[in-house]
Amino acid sequence: MPAREVPLENLVAEAQRVLAICNACRYCEGYCAVFPALERRLTFDEGDVHYLANLCHNCGACLYACQYAPPHEFELNFPRVLAQVRKETYGKYAWPRLLASAFNRNGTVVAVVGTVSLALTFVLTAWYAGPARFFAAHADEQGSFYAVLPHGVMAGVFAAVFAFATLAFVIGFARFWSEGGERLGEFIRPGALGAATREAATLRYLDGGGDGCTYPNPVPSFARRRFHHLTFYGFMLCFAATAVATVYHFALGWKAPYPLLSLPVMLGVFGGLGLLVGTAGLWWLAHRRDPDLADSSQTGMDAGFLILLFLTSASGLLLLAFRETRAMGVLLAVHLGAVMTFFLTMPYGKFVHGIYRFAALVRFHIERRRPLPEIGGE
Amino acid sequence: MDFARRYDVLVIGGGNAALCAAITARSRGLDVLVVESAPIHFRGGNSRHTRNMRTMHEGPLDPLADSYPEEEYWQDLLKVTDGLTDETLGRLTIRQTAGHVDWMRRHGVRFQPPLGGTLHLARTNAFFLGGGKALLNAYYAAAAALGVDVAYESEVVDLDLQDGRFVSATVQSRDARHAIRAKALVAASGGFESNLAWLREAWGPAADNFIVRGTPYNSGRVLKLLLDRDVKSVSDPTQGHCVAIDARSPKFDGGIVTRVDAVSLGIVVNKHGQRFYDEGEEFWPKRYAIWGHLVAAQPDQIAFSIIDAKSMGKFMPPVYPPLEARSIAELATRLEIDAAALAKTVAQYNAAVRPGTFDHTVLDDCRTDGIAPPKTHWARPLDTPPYYAYPLRPGLTFTYLGVAVDATARILFKNGTPCANAFAAGEIMAGNVLGKGYLAGIGMAIGTTFGRIAGEEAARCARA
Repeated sequence: MPAREVPLENLVAEAQRVLAICNACRYCEGYCAVFPALERRLTFDEGDVHYLANLCHNCGACLYACQYAPPHEFELNFPRVLAQVRKETYGKYAWPRLLASAFNRNGTVVAVVGTVSLALTFVLTAWYAGPARFFAAHADEQGSFYAVLPHGVMAGVFAAVFAFATLAFVIGFARFWSEGGERLGEFIRPGALGAATREAATLRYLDGGGDGCTYPNPVPSFARRRFHHLTFYGFMLCFAATAVATVYHFALGWKAPYPLLSLPVMLGVFGGLGLLVGTAGLWWLAHRRDPDLADSSQTGMDAGFLILLFLTSASGLLLLAFRETRAMGVLLAVHLGAVMTFFLTMPYGKFVHGIYRFAALVRFHIERRRPLPEIGGE
Repeated sequence: MDFARRYDVLVIGGGNAALCAAITARSRGLDVLVVESAPIHFRGGNSRHTRNMRTMHEGPLDPLADSYPEEEYWQDLLKVTDGLTDETLGRLTIRQTAGHVDWMRRHGVRFQPPLGGTLHLARTNAFFLGGGKALLNAYYAAAAALGVDVAYESEVVDLDLQDGRFVSATVQSRDARHAIRAKALVAASGGFESNLAWLREAWGPAADNFIVRGTPYNSGRVLKLLLDRDVKSVSDPTQGHCVAIDARSPKFDGGIVTRVDAVSLGIVVNKHGQRFYDEGEEFWPKRYAIWGHLVAAQPDQIAFSIIDAKSMGKFMPPVYPPLEARSIAELATRLEIDAAALAKTVAQYNAAVRPGTFDHTVLDDCRTDGIAPPKTHWARPLDTPPYYAYPLRPGLTFTYLGVAVDATARILFKNGTPCANAFAAGEIMAGNVLGKGYLAGIGMAIGTTFGRIAGEEAARCARA
């Protein structure tokens, strides 16, 4: 489906119209954090709209409960307009701003970066190892990966890319946070931060108020939450595997590859399997989702991110399985290319939803600790 | 669904009462057909717009705190109806509500704490998570799981009653007509609030300026068919839930968001710039239901709620933005009211305001002296620009004219005999309990009680 671009001003105006209706109705208050948050306000400026949009987990419950949903003449589709705003949020706060347009053709961007990264890892490995070593079968002894690509190059390139991505996240977060009108010091207050962390870790608001999300259809289910958990915790396990391996290498002098029953490999295997099942499940659900809930212009971004995570994990697991064969060189190059693409596109793809949603959750808990503004005559 | 089949129970209507009856009868093992005149997206009549049920409870009953005993509930009902109620049916409704919460939960309805701005209902009214449409979605899912047949866009256009018994109903379903026979009938098809011709008959030309806040699908057709067949009526056609709502609301189906809660904070004038009722007589939740009738009595059925900057933001946010002006004269121009008349009204009102301590949470001592009508609470001068106005029109949510029933939900004929196999539930018979006035959440209490009774009795009679 072609991406339909709606100018930000129009989107904000539509969100404001919808928010005014929701604020006068309030029937959905029990579903999630968005409604209590909007009820603290009488009017909604652009910052409020970005905040509320990112607080929304797009569980869909409010759309099916809405007496004003299409075909009612109010044409109220709260989850969709918030989804559209979220994409604008990602572009607006992206750093460097030059790369914000990556969110508009995200599928293409991921594909291009992926191709370039793969080409780069192949060129690097082939240039360093030459055909003989590249296609040789290596015994599973310590350091065999580095026969294909030296550790210094591998670690140096990835450390640089990772540092850049982290910087981009921090700047994006700081812009988003300060434009919301909160001081940075507020973010690290333990009460709100702890509550937000709990809700992010448990995906509290992917429960549709108790029975599960009405996603991909009106029948509530916890499928999305479970697949997201597999994806997120799978990713965290893989990240932990890399961290442990880094300690092994630099602090203990143990070189990869590590034995099957070693900590980094175990973490990586379980994380990788979680990622495979989780991303495949999310992809399957996204394909069956009610088109009313979706912003079709983001299909490419969502798919690009899931495919990339899937490929990273699949290539990693294949590398583990075939690391003693002649395929090791090729698999290593593919895996490194996938990981490189992932890191490079992280700040300009679906990954950022986690950053802004977490910031929105923290803000929600900060506001909740403040007295309720005097609205409403009892 | 199969129109040619002979069902055990035919349920006319697709709202709360209809679904309660259908689920109950189907749970007793009977074949049930529900005919709903609306398309699927607008199914459920006025239940779409509801949000809670007034519920009796002797002790804490999740989600309700404290207690709300039968006698207190009954006194509340007696007060709002001025005695235009039936003690047997009223107390029956009240007592049954205590058991509804559990039954509703078992059929997928979920509850939540009272919504923001509704704390005054926290003890008495159980709120549905997501409101009435979510409740209906749960009931339709439960009905489908049990095997209830549902026909949408199917309107009953004729009823065959012979010798005091229901025989069949003629249903217009899209382009075809079907005669549907059933052993028992449950009429749960609502009132007539969306029938503009009938409203005009009842209210005169003023009805043309009414806004129908409720469903556009309550034509009152089945109500009329029954009343034309010697069924006894209750209440009268001018009784209903009629509140003052924003004049810019859609003609139909605007629901809850059309309310304007600014009235008690300022003054209300008609198109001639004259005040016509004490805006501060009581707390707004206790008075909004009379303001529809008050506005209906004004020329052209239009009025304007006017406040100044002091009151902005101190009431539930309305859906439409106010008209705003830097001066009363400019506001009059924007409202197309005679500027001199409005200026005079505001000046007289401001001069009549006595000093007091403003407190919107109690019946405070801010009142006027020496003007008619007075404003007896929350009277503060309109002197701080900008000034804001919300245009008001009568907004009809539902009507009370209905069919008389007995305690088994059987429809009663004019001679007092009950119909052997026809029952009524919901808005079509709510006038038995609520002859006039309004009590928040009573409609769902009546609908659930008589829906369940009608389903039970219809099952009993279809099995016999």
